[in-house]
Amino acid sequence: MTQTQSANEQLNGVNVGALLGAREALENAPEAAEFTWKATSEWKDGAHTRMEMNGFFGLGEEHARSKTFTIDSDHPEVFAATDVAPTPIEIVLSGLAGCLTAGIASVAENRGIKLNSVKATLEGDMNLYGILGVDSNVRNGFSAVRVRYDIDADASDEDIAALVAQSQKRSAVFDIITNPTNVFVTVA
Amino acid sequence: MRDISTLIIGAGQAGLAMSHCLSQRSIEHVLLERGQVANSWRTERWDSLRLLTPNWQSRLPGYTYTGDQPNGYRTMPQTIDFLSGYANQIAAPVDSETTVLSVDTSDRGYRVKTNRGDWTCRTLVMASGACNIANIPACAAELPGDIASLTPLTYRNPDQLSGGGVLVVGASATGVQLASEVQRSGRQVILATGEHVRVPRTYRGHDIKWWMDQTGVMDMTLAEVDDIRRARHVPSLQLIGSPTQETISLDSLQAIGVQIAGRVMNIHDGKIQFSGSLANVCRLADLKMNRLLTQIDDWIDAEAPGGVTEASYRLRDTIIPSDPLLQLDLKAAGIETVIWATGFKPDYSWLNVPVITPRGELRHQGGVVDAPGLYALGLPFLRRRKSSLIDGVGDDARDLSRHLASYLGQTVAEAA
Repeated sequence: MTQTQSANEQLNGVNVGALLGAREALENAPEAAEFTWKATSEWKDGAHTRMEMNGFFGLGEEHARSKTFTIDSDHPEVFAATDVAPTPIEIVLSGLAGCLTAGIASVAENRGIKLNSVKATLEGDMNLYGILGVDSNVRNGFSAVRVRYDIDADASDEDIAALVAQSQKRSAVFDIITNPTNVFVTVA
Repeated sequence: MRDISTLIIGAGQAGLAMSHCLSQRSIEHVLLERGQVANSWRTERWDSLRLLTPNWQSRLPGYTYTGDQPNGYRTMPQTIDFLSGYANQIAAPVDSETTVLSVDTSDRGYRVKTNRGDWTCRTLVMASGACNIANIPACAAELPGDIASLTPLTYRNPDQLSGGGVLVVGASATGVQLASEVQRSGRQVILATGEHVRVPRTYRGHDIKWWMDQTGVMDMTLAEVDDIRRARHVPSLQLIGSPTQETISLDSLQAIGVQIAGRVMNIHDGKIQFSGSLANVCRLADLKMNRLLTQIDDWIDAEAPGGVTEASYRLRDTIIPSDPLLQLDLKAAGIETVIWATGFKPDYSWLNVPVITPRGELRHQGGVVDAPGLYALGLPFLRRRKSSLIDGVGDDARDLSRHLASYLGQTVAEAA
């Protein structure tokens, strides 16, 4: 990390100097850039499952988080479930929102744009014929995802649009959703 | 074994410009050319290609266009004639049909082996081109064997294709031009695009290249960009050099029936998968184009040049299909050919000097390679945005010839 910014120099609370420093450092240390993200889960009852996240691998070593984070998932009552938590599908959508919005804040910081408010509304379309096995031509997942941003910032409409576009370009979750990934599921 | 102060590898625009600059400094040199002058333009381009830059925009050191079509775009035969005329005018000492087999360091510089004898030299200029090898994504290896796979280096014209559908991968200058030509030949084209750079051919009465030249965009130097790696990898502009000054874009291609899709991500089991990011890469391109047009408008407002009568305007945003293609069964879709217009890279397989990074890039500062007396010329954004253009290589050649002359002066002084 070659540069840091004090909190009162930041427009949006993003230490962009540290991020740029990290980028420079990682360019010269390709192994350190290899990260592995982790989560564990345990079934509770019915559709209710609890996920825990504490620790990831990166910069050549294991890292602990400040505490163990938990997310519960469940299904709504129309699926005959207990509806004690969001569906995994909604968690995916919220992951996209969190990733894109963090990106918008970072890009805005880097471009010297002060954000006053950033709100997103997300929708994912899904035809249940897929998961119910009614029609094999219908995929299980989303047929389309829409994200609508409502942003108040000290910038022109074009500059705001450019923030949102650049954030998508650099977003991990946007890539995870838009591009295929090999997934290997095993049983211990 | 012959010995000389300086060898230049390649007799295209870069090698010739350097030859002229070295001659002006009375530095003895020879150009080693694997074919004839302008070899890549002669042997590695498709038939219909015209330069993307207007004829006037080919200002080489000591040579420029003097014909009566300054706003036209050269065909390949015209480009070859133009560069051959340069070689003749400057009496470039070209050893033709001379292929460099290897370059090694020696005690006083470099040892260069060719198919026509070996050389030693104190300084070496690599002007062998930026587009020697077609860059093809790893997933191309998964293409079913009965589908023809071409690159811009092997494509010549639609007659060499079967009658079936064609997938063109990549929508920079090459990809959009080939998609247009193949679609017009009666074959259905699908064009897969990642990030791309959209510009209109003309704007407010002038060629876009004229505006970029006038406003100083092309003269931008290394010191003026914050991320040189990114600047060196900016895709080529979606442009075509056509006699009618046609603007080519994803919209113009869709209007003639080309189907557009996102970036190719994977090929498996005869199926090809496209990224779902099509809308965003188009949005990025529209925003970037508008920023360039705003820059031009601002320059017009500030400089008030004569003769600009057309008012400022913006092009319509790219039309995105309502349900862009995500997966395609190549056989079921009738695709019989894939053309990989996914960029190029230089060939340094003959270079036994440890100046290549793990990413396969040459380690250099503005063409001064990280090995004493070794130079590179004619690469994207070597020293300026225009570095890879016929019109741009001259300033780099002037700068690097000065460095080279000073290096030779130093080594002479050390030896004395």
